[in-house]
Formats: sequence, C-alpha cells, structure tokens
Amino acid sequence: MRSDGSSSAPLGLKVAATGGLLFLHLPIFLIFIYAFTTEEKSFAWPPPGLTTQWFAVTWNRPDVWEALSLSVRVAAISTLVALVLGTLCAAAVSRTRFFGRETISLLVILPIALPGIITGIALRSAFSLAEIPFSFWTIVLGHATFCVVVVYNNAVARFRRTSGSMIEASMDLGADGFQTFRHVVLPNIATALLAGGMLAFALSFDEVIVTTFTAGQQQTLPIWMLEELIRPRQRPVTNVVAMVVVLVTLLPILVAYYLTRDGDQIAGSGK
Amino acid sequence: MTLTATQAKPAPALLPRAGGVRGALSDLFWRRPKLLLLLMLLPPVLWLGIVYVGSLLALLLQSFFSIDEFSGLINRQFTLKTYGDLLQAANLDIILRTVTMAALVTLASAIIAFPIAYYAARYARGRWKALFYLGVMLPLWSSYLVKIYAWKLILAKEGILTWLLAKLHLLWLLDGWLSLPIVGGNSLSVSSTGTFIVFVYVWLPFMILPVQAALERVPGNLVEASSDLGASPGQTFRNVLFPLALPGIVAGSIFTFSLTLGDYIIPQIIGTSRLFIGQAVYSQQGTAGNIPLAAAFTVVPIVIMGFYLWGAKRMGAFDAL
Repeated sequence: MRSDGSSSAPLGLKVAATGGLLFLHLPIFLIFIYAFTTEEKSFAWPPPGLTTQWFAVTWNRPDVWEALSLSVRVAAISTLVALVLGTLCAAAVSRTRFFGRETISLLVILPIALPGIITGIALRSAFSLAEIPFSFWTIVLGHATFCVVVVYNNAVARFRRTSGSMIEASMDLGADGFQTFRHVVLPNIATALLAGGMLAFALSFDEVIVTTFTAGQQQTLPIWMLEELIRPRQRPVTNVVAMVVVLVTLLPILVAYYLTRDGDQIAGSGK
Repeated sequence: MTLTATQAKPAPALLPRAGGVRGALSDLFWRRPKLLLLLMLLPPVLWLGIVYVGSLLALLLQSFFSIDEFSGLINRQFTLKTYGDLLQAANLDIILRTVTMAALVTLASAIIAFPIAYYAARYARGRWKALFYLGVMLPLWSSYLVKIYAWKLILAKEGILTWLLAKLHLLWLLDGWLSLPIVGGNSLSVSSTGTFIVFVYVWLPFMILPVQAALERVPGNLVEASSDLGASPGQTFRNVLFPLALPGIVAGSIFTFSLTLGDYIIPQIIGTSRLFIGQAVYSQQGTAGNIPLAAAFTVVPIVIMGFYLWGAKRMGAFDAL
C-alpha cells in the first residue's frame, strides 16, 4: 500500500473510524460542560445555565483536598518503589539469560493481567490473616505491586535498544561499575524511566478497584468519587472533581508519549 | 554493569585496583556477575513473591475452607463444600450472566475497533498517525471512574441521549427497547443495555491497540493482489484481512474478556440489581463475611482466563501483544 500514493480510504471506513473515535472522546468532553452547569439536582441536558461558582465551592471543600493529598502521596511513593523494583528487574532480565527468566517476566505482569478484584481481595485477606491494620502503607503496598509492570515494560524496551558495547567501552576506559551506571547507563534509560514513572503515577492516581480493598476508612480521590457515584451528595462538586481528574491524568500521559515517541515501543501502549 | 554476566571470563585487570569500599564492591561485581544479578533480582522478586503471590496463594487456600452457617465463623478444615456452594443455581446464574456479558462486550469491541485500527494502520500517515495513536491512548488512560461517570450523565433519563432522541423523534425506539425483558429497564442507566454500553466504551481502547499492531504487519500489496485477482472488498476482508488480524483480535479479547469478568464497579453504578462475579466476590467478602466463598468465586475468572490464555497462545495471539 505504501507504494501507491493514490490510496485513500473508502467512505464507509472513514465514517466508521471517525464515528469510533468520536464515541471514545465525546463522553469525556461532556464532563467539561457539566462542570459549569447551574443544575444541582439532576443530570439535565441541555444545562439550564452556565456558572463557574462550583469551582470556588470545590476549592473550599476540605474533604476533596484531603482525598487529593492522600492520592498524590500514595501515587508518589508507589511510583518511587515501582521505579526501583521495575528498573532492577528490567536490567536483570534484559541483559542476561538465567534459569527462571520467563517466570520473572510473568510474575511482573501477573498483577495487571489478573482482574483487579483478585489482587484486591487477595491483599485484603492477607492483611487480615497477618493482622496488619489498614494504613497509608497498605494502599502503597497494593499500588506499587501493579505499578512495577509499567516501569518494567518501558525500561525493558529501552535496555533492548541500548547497545551493550557502550558499557564495555566505559569499563575499558577505567570507570568502575558505579561510575558506568551513573554516567552511561542512567542517561541512556532516563527518559524511559521518566515515562514509566509518569504512567505509574497516572495508574496509581486513578486506581480504585484494588484500593477499595486496601484503604479501610481512608479516602483517596477515586474512592471519594466512587462514594459520590453510589450516594450522590453534591453533584456539581463531583462534576468539577471529575474534570480536574481528567486534566491531572492527561498531562503525564502526554509527557510520557513525547518522551518515548521515537522509540520502537511507545510508552502506554499497554496499560 | 549489567553486561558483566555475558562476559565469560574477565581478563586480568590491567588497572590498579580501585580503593575504598566502593572500588572493592565494583571489582567484586565485575568478578562475580551472578552475585550482581542476584542482588538486582532479589528486591523485585521478594516484593512480588511475598506481597503478591503470597497473598494470592493464601486466598486460594481459603477457598478450601468453609463457613459455619450458624456461627458465621470460618472453619479451617480442608473441604470442597465451598466449591459445592458455588454450583448452586443462583451462583451459576451469576457466572453465566458475567460470561455472556464478557463475550458480547468482546464481540462488540472487536466490531467497533476494527475500522479504527484498520484506518490507523493503513491510511493514517505522519501527523494523522500520531493523532490516531493519541486518540486511542488518551481514552485508555483517562480516569476509569470519570469515564463511568460520563456515561451516567449520558444515560440518565434527563440526560443528553434522551434529549437527542427526542429531537430526532426517535423516542419510541428507546421506549420500545427499554420495555423488552432482560435488556430493558426503567431507564438506560439502570438496564443491562447500559452496563453493556459502558463496558464496551471502557475496554474498547484495549482492543484497538493490538488489532492495529496486527494490521500494521499486513503488507498493503496483499490487499491489492486480492482485489487484482478479482475479489470483492467483502471477499478480501473475509479471506485475507480477517485471518491476518485474528491474532490481534484474540489478543485484544484477552483484555476485554478478563476485565469484564473481574469488574464490579460498572455493573454496580450502571445496571440492574442482578449481580456479576465481581459484585458477588465483593459482597461475599464484605457484608456476608464469607471469605471462602468469595475466594472460590475468584477462582472462576482465574480458571476461565487460564483456558482462554492457553487457547490464545495456540492461535499465536501473544505475538500481537
């Protein structure tokens, strides 16, 4: 197909592809309009009027701020843990052959290959068996576990592209292992790690299924939203929070995409 | 540093030994690459092994315990009674409902995903290609709850869909559909149809990406050759494109199927009061306090996905991931 320049898509295909993309995007776009509606009690469309007062109302809600702060702290710590574990694992798996290598790849992927509810209930029953009370760290434990895989995927793809002879050259020139890591390996994998870290942050920031099992009484932002979805208290505030969440998750994804777009494997192509 | 392991036997060092603990460590790792490998693998394997696999095994173990119906206490003796409970009509009903939903969602996602993936793989170039890619990636990564919330807005009785259909004078169609048994309900947001639409919406990007990856590998001249040889577009699709895209579709269906099997939030927020596997697990472990039955319920998606992955692997779906 690449040989002939005349190829243009049949009309039916164009319509179906455009329709599909609109189906994917219009609902999210709708959130932005609802954040400005004056309607408080229902989801009425079209909105009877537009206002920005709900942004001020949301700004003054301490429960929203607490949930947001917990989410950000959990996501930051989980991302750090995932960065360390994921990079170590990727470095070991991509450069050497050893017995059980395939098993380790499987082990890393399993937490997101199996439905979240299984991870969640497994962790919860383990906490109750071991009599660990719910805390900030029980949430982190769960999140870091499934964040490892995004960092791992990005780092493995980059390690595969990085030539091993550079490391040899560095060692030949007299650098020790730590210097080689600091000046040769790290600069090479830095953008992949940054991209992986961004995606891990977005994944953790948004996670709700595992969190419902490991949070106890604590509220992360997604748990706060889930409560509002099940028992709506103030719909306009939920609308504003939903819009903010869309924007907060959008940025890391775009950054991760631009950091890795020249590579053979673009970040985020598997969640 | 990670390269060291591929070196069979390091040549004797020409340089003087580096001093200090740091130098000694560096030398040690160079001479004993296995030690370095072990040190690198230890933290992730310990973490995943203890935190994840450990709790998973503990959970599976509990599915062989049973609950005492009178005291509500868990009886820690090996029994298959809990699995027997799983086969009660009400529970089988839940399993059957979930699997049917997963199959329908998978089928619908494949149908909607194919044109997008095909257009992106064959016709989109340069800037458009990037736009298509982001167009699939952004919804994939957007907040899961926000997506569900958006559909609650759309499907509500007073929402945009009803408004749109009223403008088009098609409200009779919606009312007719909602009056049907099983798929219908009071409004779309409390009907199985609503659950189905939201499942398709939320998992669709997981289908598009692998199908696109599979179609990227189909050479364009194969399609041209087929039409040169007199095949109609329909025949080309059936005999050339579809078989080549199939591994990608199967790879995508792993996600759509598995995610639908395990989800408990979508049917809870949009849908009827009839339970899905995920909701059954949640309520058994929560309000009912019956961890053994909840554990036995989680075994169902694990077993189904086990067979599914085995079949997918035989079809070569993993190469398309």
